[in-house]
Amino acid sequence: MAARRSRSLRVHMGLLFAFLYLPIAVLIVLSFNDSELATVWGGFSTRWYRELVGNEELIAAIRNSLIVAGFVTAISTVLGTLLAIGLQRTVRSRVLDSVLFLPAVIPDIVLAIGLLSFFNLLRFTLGLHTIVIAHVVFDMIFVAAIVRTRLGYFDRRIEEAAADLGANPVKTFLLVTLPAILPGVIAGALVAFTLSIDEFVIAFFNSGPTSVTFPIRVYAMIRFGVTPVINAVAAIVMTLSLLTILIALRLTRPKGEGANGVGVTA
Amino acid sequence: MSVAAARTRRAHGRRVWGQRFVLLGPGMTYWLVFFLVPVGVLIAYSFFRRGPYGGVIYEPTLKNYARALDPLYIGVLWTSVRIATVATAVSLLLAYPAALFIARASSRWRVPLLVLVILPFWTSFLIRTYAWMVLLNPAGLINKLLQGLGLVDEPLPLLYNEFAVTLGLVYAYLPLMVLPIYASLERLGPQTGEASADLYASPAQTLRKVTIPLTLPGIVAGCIFVFVPSLGNFIVPDLLGGGRTVMIGNVIQQQFLQARDWPFGAVLAMSVIVLMFVVLAVQAQVLRRTQEVEDGRPA
Repeated sequence: MAARRSRSLRVHMGLLFAFLYLPIAVLIVLSFNDSELATVWGGFSTRWYRELVGNEELIAAIRNSLIVAGFVTAISTVLGTLLAIGLQRTVRSRVLDSVLFLPAVIPDIVLAIGLLSFFNLLRFTLGLHTIVIAHVVFDMIFVAAIVRTRLGYFDRRIEEAAADLGANPVKTFLLVTLPAILPGVIAGALVAFTLSIDEFVIAFFNSGPTSVTFPIRVYAMIRFGVTPVINAVAAIVMTLSLLTILIALRLTRPKGEGANGVGVTA
Repeated sequence: MSVAAARTRRAHGRRVWGQRFVLLGPGMTYWLVFFLVPVGVLIAYSFFRRGPYGGVIYEPTLKNYARALDPLYIGVLWTSVRIATVATAVSLLLAYPAALFIARASSRWRVPLLVLVILPFWTSFLIRTYAWMVLLNPAGLINKLLQGLGLVDEPLPLLYNEFAVTLGLVYAYLPLMVLPIYASLERLGPQTGEASADLYASPAQTLRKVTIPLTLPGIVAGCIFVFVPSLGNFIVPDLLGGGRTVMIGNVIQQQFLQARDWPFGAVLAMSVIVLMFVVLAVQAQVLRRTQEVEDGRPA
């Protein structure tokens, strides 16, 4: 009885993984399909990747996204790390935690139009800078959550030892605390970067005509018509972000610790 | 505790306020200025008249709210709630057994399994949704497969309907359902289930009367993580609904970017915010209830 149940759970798990990964796998396979039809295999080809490289609008959009994600990552890593340490050490309040986490819970379209209205009120011209401001709002929160996971493993007595040995708070932070939590900070930065590169809705509402980012361009391509070039784009994006996130997850927890590092994403 | 350590502790106490300022100040200020204020501006905009090219004219009015009561918009809101609810229920049915499997797996396998579940969530939402356009369209893989196997003669209308939208939402947010349920199962540990078995409860009884009630906080958290973003979603209904299945997110987008009626769009966004707080309130209630049950349990 128990054995049968555990077998059916195993089958369920297998089907679930198939559901999660097959669509992605199909896109990657199709990106190498010489035929324009998704259902006909025309032989292996890299022509869609070559077309992608020649697509100047797409390349310009990728450049914009990299600029945005660079600034967003830098700002949200600093703000998020400070926030994480502050929340961990000074204010222990579940209410404050959940209130601060609202930008990550609220549907993105609400945040998008809220910021659009706000920028309109202040007569900000929309551009890459407004996208940066917008992305930091939720990225900062994700960095804070990830860094906090790592902080949970940090033994504060090391800091006290540093203070006893005459280090001032800034020195203690830079020479003791930061190196200890650095993997968490890097993980946070990687996640912030990925989220910003992939973010569509908020960028869509808060970008100007000259600040088309990569997902906005991809959206336009999808709306215009499904072409295999999108499959090539998808394959690259998926591979890169899967790798980045795997590295980030690895960094979140010290070797040999439990599964908590993964739970932070929820 | 040594004298030195005691001194350090006192110094630490004096430093706490300074620390709060330095550590929390920048992030909280950013949060206030670029999150709370914008949402406040949005709420304020919902009470003004529309400007000619977006924006508002500062004449207070309640007309936007009156207009939102039109059966057309109530209907869209209802469709959104219904689709988000179905997507949440389906995700729960798929996620609970998976979480159970992971929680019972040997400790070596738990982390890799969890990582595999969460991984797709962190990748491009747009592209994951697009994948289903490729799979579901009339000339797509699923239809060709079904026709090839002789199961159907005509291609099934899989794309551009409520089914496709619901499927897209389940696909997008399923990982967010597994994680919190797993977390609460892990917290529960295997002992409770063993105790229940010792008292001659069948596995089904244990699941229904012990495991599920005690993991309710995880279930509710997962439901919120799926329901809230589904409710306000606009990419999935836009790409997989194809303009036929319209959700509130589509109407908000349309009001802001095409019709240029920002105040009305703001009113519709208010309905999303209100619904979000309703489900968060339900969650708080469930958490309190479960806490009481746990506290009442003899140690």
